[in-house]
Amino acid sequence: MILEPLGDSALLIRLGDQIDEATHRRVAAAAAHIAAHPFPGMIEHVPAFTTIAVHYEPLRVPGTGSAFARASGLVSKLLADVPDLALAESPPVEIPVCYGGDLGPDLDVVAQHAGITADEVVRIHAAGDYRVYMIGFSPGFPFLGGLDERISAPRRSSPRLAVPAGSVAIGGKQTGVYPIETPGGWQIIGRTKTRLFRPDLSPPTLIHMGARVRFRAMSRVEFDR
Amino acid sequence: MKVLKPGLLTTVQDLGRHGYQRDGVSVGGAMDAQALRVANLLVGNPENAAGLEFTLLGPTLEFTGDTLFAVTGGHMSPRIGDRSVPEARPVLARAGATLSFKECVSGARGYLAFAGGFDVPEVLGSRGTHLRAGFGGLDGRALRAGDTLRLAPRSDSAERVLQSLAHRPGTFVATPWSVSASALPRYAASPTVRVIPGIHFARFDDANRRAFFQDGFRITPQSDRMGYRLEGPLLSLIEPLEPISEPVCAGTIQVPPEGQAIVLMADRQSAGGYPRIGQVITVDLPLIAQTKAGDTLRFSEVSLEQAEELYVERERTIEQVRQGLLHAPH
Repeated sequence: MILEPLGDSALLIRLGDQIDEATHRRVAAAAAHIAAHPFPGMIEHVPAFTTIAVHYEPLRVPGTGSAFARASGLVSKLLADVPDLALAESPPVEIPVCYGGDLGPDLDVVAQHAGITADEVVRIHAAGDYRVYMIGFSPGFPFLGGLDERISAPRRSSPRLAVPAGSVAIGGKQTGVYPIETPGGWQIIGRTKTRLFRPDLSPPTLIHMGARVRFRAMSRVEFDR
Repeated sequence: MKVLKPGLLTTVQDLGRHGYQRDGVSVGGAMDAQALRVANLLVGNPENAAGLEFTLLGPTLEFTGDTLFAVTGGHMSPRIGDRSVPEARPVLARAGATLSFKECVSGARGYLAFAGGFDVPEVLGSRGTHLRAGFGGLDGRALRAGDTLRLAPRSDSAERVLQSLAHRPGTFVATPWSVSASALPRYAASPTVRVIPGIHFARFDDANRRAFFQDGFRITPQSDRMGYRLEGPLLSLIEPLEPISEPVCAGTIQVPPEGQAIVLMADRQSAGGYPRIGQVITVDLPLIAQTKAGDTLRFSEVSLEQAEELYVERERTIEQVRQGLLHAPH
């Protein structure tokens, strides 16, 4: 574990250097422990693939020395004793997706890149068992690990200015869902009507880091219903 | 109050939405947080109360009741009728008065705090507007002509200031005193902004590292509340680097492959995957927030220890303002 400053009011905990399940487990366990034991002056923690940011109010963190030294001391002490976290094995969240057509304009691009048919891409994508490695990019956007390498696909050379809300997409070795309309460079293969971000709820996101996700293919008729 | 003209990108903002970056929700809040904090203190509000942020052109507002307000931030020529309204102090406008702004003399963002603060619902712990996702503030959007905004009840200290002004005639009355200039950032059209070298600083070659702290960077028109895109010396890495996305914060300076730096601001994403050459220190973020397209900025290097000291010093100054206003002459 390495602690480094992130500006003058936050620090970064580095727990690995690759995106994989083992690193994710370490991040999830440490994040859960920090969330359960916030130190005085701590504002929030933000977990990512291999790192966790901890934001603090420099004047409120107790102890002696610089604010970074005080905050790192408290974080080190906290992380010296992280209990093993059984990753949530609650049932996966099912997200119904209407693949292809105008709702998934890049499905054929992914199929061509993989050298298989569009139907096979859909079958492989919907058969996957995914885990949320991180929420970021936009409100509620889940970065999902566990994509079958056969259907990984490079990002578009030029991002779209507006990707419709609900778009299900593949970017490199990851897949995800755009919860709100934003610019985006991933290959769009389908769309869901499931709302992943609801600012009127707390927490506002349907799925959280560590959750399992499955996709189910739905017909256009069911989508339009 | 009624919005007669909205001005440019006028939004309800407070000091941001904390605790939801892990859900991908940006912190947002006032770009020049110091200006909003001081404006709020001047009208007896908590520093975090919801006020207005506007960009280059202020709104035209008609007050439906007697209203105590303060203007801070960039100099945007506020006026009521044909008289200019003094900045950085409490002003009492009488019911029926219309506040407008003439021209942007300097800076880029103006702030208006009203005694009581806006009575808009708190969404995810903040009254600030999240424009991209369309929630918070006034229906998640910038103000429009015809909008009506309501204020929450004033504090006792606001009431005292108001009473001290109430006996004087006129459509508006300002206190003879203003907040000390040292309580506000030292704005400039070509500011020098202090930076802590970022985690990938050493991955840029010597010439680039020198250029970063010597050359000027022009603010491009593609700059907004999310990030400031700069145009300056091309910054290239010694060898290509594709870092894994990691959390970022306000002031993180990222360098995408084409070599032009981006400074992340209030509406930034919660994580970023470009190499980081530096980190603007917290106390200098307002200086960037007050620059506009075409302005030039320079970076100068400071250590983390210096950045922390400057932070402590600034907080001490704001605390003095807060204490001073408790005993303000009435």
